[in-house]
Amino acid sequence: MGNIIQIPKPVYILSSATVVGQHEKKGPLGEYFDIVGDADDTFGCDTWEKSESEMQRLALSRALNYAVKKDSDLEAILAGDLLNQCAGSCYGLVNFDTPFLGLFGACSTAAEALLLSSLLCSSHMNRCAAVSSSHNASAERQFRYPLEYGGQRAPTAQWTVTGSGAFILSNKKEDFVNTSYNGSPVPVISDVCIGKSIDAGITDANNMGAAMAPAAADTLLRYFKESSSQPRDFDIIMTGDLGFEGSRILCDLTAAEGLDISAVHCDGGLIIYDRIGQDKHAGGSGCGCSAVVLAAQVLRGIRTGQVANILFIGTGALMNPTAIQQGASIPGIAHLVHISSDIL
Amino acid sequence: MQIDKKSYRKYADARAQKSPCAKNCINAFLYGGFICVIAQGLKDLYMTFLTEKDAATLVSVTLIFLAALLTGIGVFDRIAKHAGAGTLVPITGFSNAVASSALDAKGEGFVLGVGAKIFTIAGPVILYGITAGAIYGVIYYIITLII
Repeated sequence: MGNIIQIPKPVYILSSATVVGQHEKKGPLGEYFDIVGDADDTFGCDTWEKSESEMQRLALSRALNYAVKKDSDLEAILAGDLLNQCAGSCYGLVNFDTPFLGLFGACSTAAEALLLSSLLCSSHMNRCAAVSSSHNASAERQFRYPLEYGGQRAPTAQWTVTGSGAFILSNKKEDFVNTSYNGSPVPVISDVCIGKSIDAGITDANNMGAAMAPAAADTLLRYFKESSSQPRDFDIIMTGDLGFEGSRILCDLTAAEGLDISAVHCDGGLIIYDRIGQDKHAGGSGCGCSAVVLAAQVLRGIRTGQVANILFIGTGALMNPTAIQQGASIPGIAHLVHISSDIL
Repeated sequence: MQIDKKSYRKYADARAQKSPCAKNCINAFLYGGFICVIAQGLKDLYMTFLTEKDAATLVSVTLIFLAALLTGIGVFDRIAKHAGAGTLVPITGFSNAVASSALDAKGEGFVLGVGAKIFTIAGPVILYGITAGAIYGVIYYIITLII
């Protein structure tokens, strides 16, 4: 018991903003992203790590813009990325005059930030920001090989998304009055479920989907065991970045436990790219993947009235290159955020 | 959720998409063979004004230069994606491993960046290549003493 945490008073997603690179722009959701980087995805910076920081700065600035708020209106920023010591967030958000909490949940960070922000906004604070990012070049450098190294990628490997998503959360309905969202349905977070770190024994760093799927299955099974709702009650059950392998495994694992989600399941890693046409192997991944797909596809759907009830499950492979080299397997984690539609 | 690691790993491996082995082998043969044809052409050209030994050395130097140049302008990895072992096994792969590491590390400076990280990938090849060479030398020396 106690898996689902109810948010005691409504916490609204006041605004969201996305920043992406060229590959994402060329994907099926390309037209819905707010800011697209320059031709080489450097965002005007001389190192890839600085580029990622710049993406976070741009995303949060734009989200504040949409919310018609200033950084001093926020009581906390919760942010994370894939770089060591959360360098992307620490440097990118250093100039915002707001208390800062750095998070690491691998690719589940967007969900982790939303989950914690909604808890804070429902009790001790009025407004928070949740930000996450990943950059293909900085992630490749840190976790895999040099960018120009001539290797072949495995068919199960995923492509780290160059993207950053920022969300402004507020418990005040009146915050919408001055925004362009006034008058349309708005996203509200009603309950959350914290994921468990689950080590299913996967040691292949090129098959993150298989490492994350059991954690996603565990979170969903715990959620539906305790909730009175069924998968068919939701318009979308969106996982962050399980990709082709992980999505198939998730549906198998949940079906084996009597929970059929296949009709409403979609995965951020599978819809951000034209997987075959853009040659992205098993799909997209990264902290930025779930964040930008959630903002550009799902929240847009809520605001336009196309969908009204969704489950967002941020999935992360807690992969550490040193631990992998020492023979350890990769634990996965999946945090759930239930977002529904509210009419102002 | 209880999960048996051994059986799950077996299940995940079994359903994972496999690399197209036959296609990769054919591509490696064609690309690798093409590089060797270029090398032979260069050797024939160089032998018009050099000895065979010097020409062979200059061929290696030329291939290393070309691979590093293609790495620098961002073309090598696009070819290697299809060529696989075809570009990895010849000296071009070694050149790419060194040049790509150097390029990647330049943001961290010339000492702790390029200097320290240039052999991150090629380092094991150098270490074990030299060690194997030394062991081979000792064995060869002993055999010549016996025979």
